Amino acid sequence: MEKKDTFILGGKEFSSRFILGSGKYNVQLIKAAVENAGAQMITLALRRANTKDAENILDHIPEGITLLPNTSGARNAKEAVRIARLARELGCGNFVKVEVIHDSKYLLPDNYETIKATEQLAAEGFVVLPYMYPDLNVARDLMSAGAAAIMPLAAPIGSNKGLATKDFIRILIEEIDLPIIVDAGIGRPSQACEAMEMGCAAVMANTAIATAGDIPRMAKAFHLAIEAGRSAYLSGLGRVLEKGGSASSPLTGFLQD
Amino acid sequence: MERTNHMEYMDGMEIIKSDIMQKVINKMHHYQPGKYTAEDVRQALQREYCTVEDFAALLSPAAEPYLEQMAQRAKLETRKHFGNSVYLFTPLYLSNYCENHCVYCGFNCYNHIKRAKLSIEEIEKEMRAIAASGLEEILLLTGESRKMADITYIGEACKIARKYFKMVGLEVYPMNSDEYAYLHACGADFVTVFQETYDSDQYETLHLAGHKRVFPYRFHAQERALMGGMRGVAFAALLGLADFRKDAFATGIHAYFIQNKYPWAEISFSCPRLRPIVNNDKINPKDVHETQLLQIMMAYRIFMPFAGMTISTRERAGFRDNVVGMTATKISAGVSTGIGNHGENDVEKGDVQFEIADRRNVEEVCCALREHGLQPVMNDYVYV
Repeated sequence: MEKKDTFILGGKEFSSRFILGSGKYNVQLIKAAVENAGAQMITLALRRANTKDAENILDHIPEGITLLPNTSGARNAKEAVRIARLARELGCGNFVKVEVIHDSKYLLPDNYETIKATEQLAAEGFVVLPYMYPDLNVARDLMSAGAAAIMPLAAPIGSNKGLATKDFIRILIEEIDLPIIVDAGIGRPSQACEAMEMGCAAVMANTAIATAGDIPRMAKAFHLAIEAGRSAYLSGLGRVLEKGGSASSPLTGFLQD
Repeated sequence: MERTNHMEYMDGMEIIKSDIMQKVINKMHHYQPGKYTAEDVRQALQREYCTVEDFAALLSPAAEPYLEQMAQRAKLETRKHFGNSVYLFTPLYLSNYCENHCVYCGFNCYNHIKRAKLSIEEIEKEMRAIAASGLEEILLLTGESRKMADITYIGEACKIARKYFKMVGLEVYPMNSDEYAYLHACGADFVTVFQETYDSDQYETLHLAGHKRVFPYRFHAQERALMGGMRGVAFAALLGLADFRKDAFATGIHAYFIQNKYPWAEISFSCPRLRPIVNNDKINPKDVHETQLLQIMMAYRIFMPFAGMTISTRERAGFRDNVVGMTATKISAGVSTGIGNHGENDVEKGDVQFEIADRRNVEEVCCALREHGLQPVMNDYVYV
């Protein structure tokens, strides 16, 4: 029998490798998006859950889905820690995506502050998934700090530009013994598929789905692409020759022993 | 009355080390809207990241035939950064006393209007009534009188506001950074200051007396607010007071330089046009028609796609409904610009600052947003 293909985060087993974002589209569409995405985990900005309004995002997330509150709005480690604690108090669970952004223009993560927040929150028992700019040294520090996974950006948030940092994400996949979950910048299902073919553990997408004409349908397209990419990775991709063919007579054929 | 030097600080005004004003004024003086061509505009629209020169072209008369292309691009940028979310808020005028003589403003100290200031009990009552409408963000405003609305009074209003609202913004007189720090500690986190006009010569002729007369102190208000710990700041010129293209250009690059120096700051634009005021029918938006206003808003959006943008109730409902989601990201609802009339059966204690053109309540604005495929959002903010 084929072994079940799952991955584990914070002691929880996930068979879906698609983490769905929930911002930027009507909360009423979340249920349909989750179902079509086959998602088991959904991110949410705490600042959207922190409301008494009927549009409180928490009221629209189907049961059984693991919440991944993010710390968006945090400009430094201290603020990220406070937002994470508030999320736990509001009943969002122990998972947290640490997002520390010190630049309102490009929304690039502040790796240094992210490490500090990760260390603190991991010590407090959170399952920490830090969003980071793909840098091997930082990823190592995050691992030492207690991160449960690493979430490198593929391209700037909301840019839909795909795997602009592909080579650096590949290094993380090879060197870091934690799930690598590509986050930010994935604009098309084909790009999500490529990330999975490379060996990423999962993909997180938001803007690509939120800005689609038919949100549930695009969620489904991502779902299929991620599954296809994962299957390709598990199958072992065939060799792709970069330039020309290879010589039929090996250059090392003269060796006698 | 002898007019003081409007470029000289008055006693007690904090002077900060900053070269931003000089940079903005220099660039604005060199900006010649008439020199840009259709080709400049086409190039600006094709470039992925809008430069200062592109922004200048998009604000120029040469861009007027390209409004539809600008609208398409602006909408794309807004969707990318904000999705279909539109944030709602309402302003609360705490006081309309003013010590300034600004010739275009209904609150100016020589205009004979009904003056009033809300008591602490009245503030609480107004806020309770506003919160009952479902709003979670409030903008506190005062006329510019330190005597009648001092920092402690504004601070008390902020503390009450924090009980009822998730987000508290301020649009009051400019102050020193330690005073901004105090108000931040009281719960405020966002500061809006209208420079009115960036043309300092014109500024001098419009602001005849009072603290507001000091051009550089007003200019540096956003920077002092950020130094005081505020999360974000908003910029605006009151379009119609001077050359509106130059003023819009200066507003954009003022925000640009501030973001550059304080990269973490949240940046926002307001887009007010001059409106008729009580007792002076000569005040009107002049040559800033809806077309020009929209052009400016779209240029702001393409230049700074990540910035928030508020559309004023000075504009009619049909205009507001169509610019939210395309360029604007924030809209006020249930607005009164008078003093004290948010509760049921309330009568205004004080006169309004300007006439509003959109009197819809919160539910009506929400319905209009939904009809346009947009999502009304009451709060997207955590005070940390």
